[in-house]
Amino acid sequence: MTQSIELKEDLSTRYVLRIADSCLILSQRLTEWCGHGPVLEEDIALSNIALDLLGQSRLLLTHAARLDGQNYDEDQMAFLRDERDFNNITLVELPRGDFAFTVLRNFMFSALAMQLWAQLKQSSDAGLAAIAEKSMKETRYHHEHSRDWLIRLGDGTAESAAKMQAALELAWPYVKEIFADDAIDAHAAQTGLGPRWSSLRDGWQKDMDDALAEAGLHQPKETPFLSTGKTGVHSEHMGFILAEMQHLQRAFPGATW
Amino acid sequence: MSQDAKNQWPLWEVFIRSKSGLDHKHAGSVHAPDPKMALQMARDVYTRRQEGASIWVVKSDQIIASDPGEKAMFFDPMEDKVYRHPTFYKLPDAVDHM
Repeated sequence: MTQSIELKEDLSTRYVLRIADSCLILSQRLTEWCGHGPVLEEDIALSNIALDLLGQSRLLLTHAARLDGQNYDEDQMAFLRDERDFNNITLVELPRGDFAFTVLRNFMFSALAMQLWAQLKQSSDAGLAAIAEKSMKETRYHHEHSRDWLIRLGDGTAESAAKMQAALELAWPYVKEIFADDAIDAHAAQTGLGPRWSSLRDGWQKDMDDALAEAGLHQPKETPFLSTGKTGVHSEHMGFILAEMQHLQRAFPGATW
Repeated sequence: MSQDAKNQWPLWEVFIRSKSGLDHKHAGSVHAPDPKMALQMARDVYTRRQEGASIWVVKSDQIIASDPGEKAMFFDPMEDKVYRHPTFYKLPDAVDHM
């Protein structure tokens, strides 16, 4: 077994890791569709989106490692960190689910990423601004693709509408976490690194309202539950996804092919 | 992924233009429920390696194709018309480098 790496507790690094890890874990989840898509074309579309997200996470992990200053590379960052050292939002680590849940989650995440990239283009950190600029083009497509499906299925048959609404009920309790601020957000806003995530809520909500209205779906009520993946305390699903994702590098350190 | 033929989405032929100024070339086909999704799926399936600058999709049943059974009647008569090729003609020496 290769030993885990430990990052310094730095607020800027953690801010970047929240984005990097969310892209990475959602990518890993989406790859579970590879070879299992409902039709060949959609199978490839989901794999393409997964690869885009992986590309974004590679750039962001490399950037976070630079901020951390211990010379770790993107592979060490992805494969040798422990669960508590991952800062992704809990929503992206939830199990793959059915196609309805997949497109809904993709829409929720790409709507967030659209808000985020738009703000990060003005980041005081030129490297982060450049990543945002590049990623925006990819995210616009993910947003359009998932929004189309959300509306098509929500506004489709009774069965497809029921599956979309069920997916919405499943995902919604994990929304509150996304926009809950803490010291990391305050620091990012203060230094000009990036926006407080709470400031993204209005734009995100508007995007969501429009799509749900068009799809004929109803936003579930907010619950008292607050997930905490961003702070490193994850759901029970996180350990399993890391076990699968990190297995090869842990068992065969430095393996390449 | 198997479905009855009657439950399948319609088939669309995909044409890709690789660069501005070049022709759209037939790249293959996709199944899709409507034109917008046909374009997206064509993009996802056929332009993953920067093959495209523009995509056309056309419903496959809108294409009128020649009958393979009539291939002989259609195309064989051209076999012995070598004079239709420019190379058949000897150019005068004065017209160099054609």
